[in-house]
Amino acid sequence: MSARLLQWAGQAAAYAGFAAFVGYFSSAPAYTHLDPAMALVKVSFSHGAPRQAACRERSAEELAKLPPTMRRKMDCPRVRPTVSLELLVDGIPLIAESLPPSGLSKDGPSRIYRTIPVTAGTHTLTARLRDTIRDDGEWDYERTITAELAPAQNFVVDFRADAGGFLFR
Amino acid sequence: MNALRRPVRAFFAALEGLFDRIFGPEQNPLAHLGALGFFFYWIVVATGVHLYIGFDTSVAGAYDSVEHLSRSPWFLAGVSRSLHRYASDALVVVMFVHILREFGLDRCRGVRWFSWVVGMPIIVFVYASGISGYWLVWDRLAQYVAIASTEWLDWLPIFGEPIARNFLTRGSLDDRFFTLLVFLHIAVPLILVFVLWIHLQRISRPDINPPKRLAAGTAAMLLGLSLVYPATSQGPADLGTVTSIVRPDWFYLPLYPLVDFLSAGSVWAIVAGATLVMLAIPWLPPLRRPPAAVVTLDLCNGCGRCAEDCPYSAISMAPRSDGKPFEVEAVVDPDLCVSCGICVGACPTSTPFRSDPKLPTAIDVPEPALHALRDATREASRRCVGDRRILVFGCLHSAAALQPESADTAVVPLPCVGMLPPSFIDYVLSRDLADGVFLAGCADSSSYNRLGPRWTRARLAGERDPRLRQRVPRDRLAAAWLAPRDRKRLAAEIDAFRARLPKRAPASSARPALVAEREPAQ
Ligand code: HEM
Ligand code: SF4
Ligand code: SF4
Repeated sequence: MSARLLQWAGQAAAYAGFAAFVGYFSSAPAYTHLDPAMALVKVSFSHGAPRQAACRERSAEELAKLPPTMRRKMDCPRVRPTVSLELLVDGIPLIAESLPPSGLSKDGPSRIYRTIPVTAGTHTLTARLRDTIRDDGEWDYERTITAELAPAQNFVVDFRADAGGFLFR
Repeated sequence: MNALRRPVRAFFAALEGLFDRIFGPEQNPLAHLGALGFFFYWIVVATGVHLYIGFDTSVAGAYDSVEHLSRSPWFLAGVSRSLHRYASDALVVVMFVHILREFGLDRCRGVRWFSWVVGMPIIVFVYASGISGYWLVWDRLAQYVAIASTEWLDWLPIFGEPIARNFLTRGSLDDRFFTLLVFLHIAVPLILVFVLWIHLQRISRPDINPPKRLAAGTAAMLLGLSLVYPATSQGPADLGTVTSIVRPDWFYLPLYPLVDFLSAGSVWAIVAGATLVMLAIPWLPPLRRPPAAVVTLDLCNGCGRCAEDCPYSAISMAPRSDGKPFEVEAVVDPDLCVSCGICVGACPTSTPFRSDPKLPTAIDVPEPALHALRDATREASRRCVGDRRILVFGCLHSAAALQPESADTAVVPLPCVGMLPPSFIDYVLSRDLADGVFLAGCADSSSYNRLGPRWTRARLAGERDPRLRQRVPRDRLAAAWLAPRDRKRLAAEIDAFRARLPKRAPASSARPALVAEREPAQ
């Protein structure tokens, strides 16, 4: 009889142990993904720099070499230039990068997705972008903002040429 | 790998011994891990359907609808939500224990690579199901999971636009994308059940339903947990802020913190490396494969018992090809055969009562062939002296493998006790090759060749063909079903058997009637 009881107790313990294990690890221990005192600056956009190389007229011999279906008179290279990006937070460059065009034939947009944790508080952010080939070191787009970042705020730096450049959200 | 396998096996043997005692061998959860997996899966499906009825598939409505469900009385959906989560978690747990156990029992090498390799997509689909489920709640955890998942996926150079951009700002997530997630969470588990079906293609009579008491206990446990500690949400998602502290489900989400800790690329490398190692395990090292069973068509009467008993669906009954007046014949697929010999033990033509030294039988495994088994039996008999001689027919994978012999006890090794045709027992006792026969097989819970012990018991009990003949004195037969680590217990059982074995009457008087040199009518 007591063996029977022991069995029951053993089963109860096994079930309870399993339930406790499953129950506990189903939502604990907690995990700190980002220090609650920090905010996150998320830089993400997809921008195709305007094509630069000028179109060129193909010569007669060149045309003859091409298959008949491809004998277009103008040769317009589809390659896009590399986009340069800088992000300065309080004057410190946290991003300074060249974003090459995507795609096998280098004709797709340049893309970035980057997250930068910063302490909450007032910060001056400057974002600059160059999407043309130039030697003077100037930027095609630049925008500066002084923002009060709340703890855990998700501050997005987006870029849309048709909207005039950088968007801070 | 074998060095790794031994401790795993020892660990399970110890745990199984304990569970055998508290649950009873029939209800031992460790013997039904696959079945428990299915059981949890069905609970998840049933509660999932229940939840879906009250679920709002829009970004704006999802969170509130789940909150509403959670607060509704239990017969509505409150408990279903908790059951849904905890059964999913339990599924992961039993899945990993199942993997570890199949590895420990070495049931993944040789032709058994199939179930193992199909297990890989199962893991992926289980995780995809669980993770996509966490998105649907659209709480803080969902937001964390969604963004962490997509950022991790975006590391792969296959997506054009980063998918994580769908969660950039408060307005970016649209209902269309969210509905896609809902769809995934329904489609992936459906594919999972299909892959599970493939998983069992090479296993006949798979154990997919846990025994009633175990099922009831498990269901009660989940219900208790759901009532005591209901699953809750972690506050509504808000893409305008970052999830700082979350309480992840560590069964499904352990890789996300790892991505933070290492990097997306290194976690991909770890996942890829682990997958390769897992895929290679069935060949680490390759199993020396004994030759598959072969059919001698001349002798086969198409009774189909071998196909019935084969644990690996390796035998099919095909239309007769030799013009004999039977409808079908047995055909072995060597790619599925593990050479356990259970079919040999099932075939009515497998009998030692033939004078032909080649001892032909309709189906035989070449190692050991039936004639070799008879020779080994005779040889073992010669090693025994005394008036309580015992022949132990022992499975190589059970406790019998290392059983020492003594003056009056000899061991005949077998790939599986199921290989022994019951007529062999009759043969040994009626020919006075021993005074007692002892069968030593695997414990059911860890049987290397799955169904061997079960079929053997049924044959001895006269419940399954071929049956043990009535004339065989039952007090001269005993059996034990033990795991390899139970060597001492096996020795004790054999000693006890020896002690209770009735003394033989002097050879001259009692035996003649039994020595008939003819085949037993089966
Ligand atoms: C939730 C997921 C899973 C379920 C529900 C499940 C279920 C099952 C079932 C019911 C069996 C038959 C057991 C028997 O009747 O003897 C089985 C066998 C097996 N499973 Fe799974 N399984 C799952 C995942 C996996 C995974 C991920 C792996 C490996 C990576 C795996 C490896 C195996 C192997 C190797 C066998 C064959 C055993 C043999 O040949 O005797 N399983 N599984
Ligand atoms: S030896 Fe085993 S696996 Fe092979 S056909 Fe016979 S019963 Fe099936
Ligand atoms: S059990 Fe023997 S006789 Fe019957 S079908 Fe199989 S091989 Fe043929």
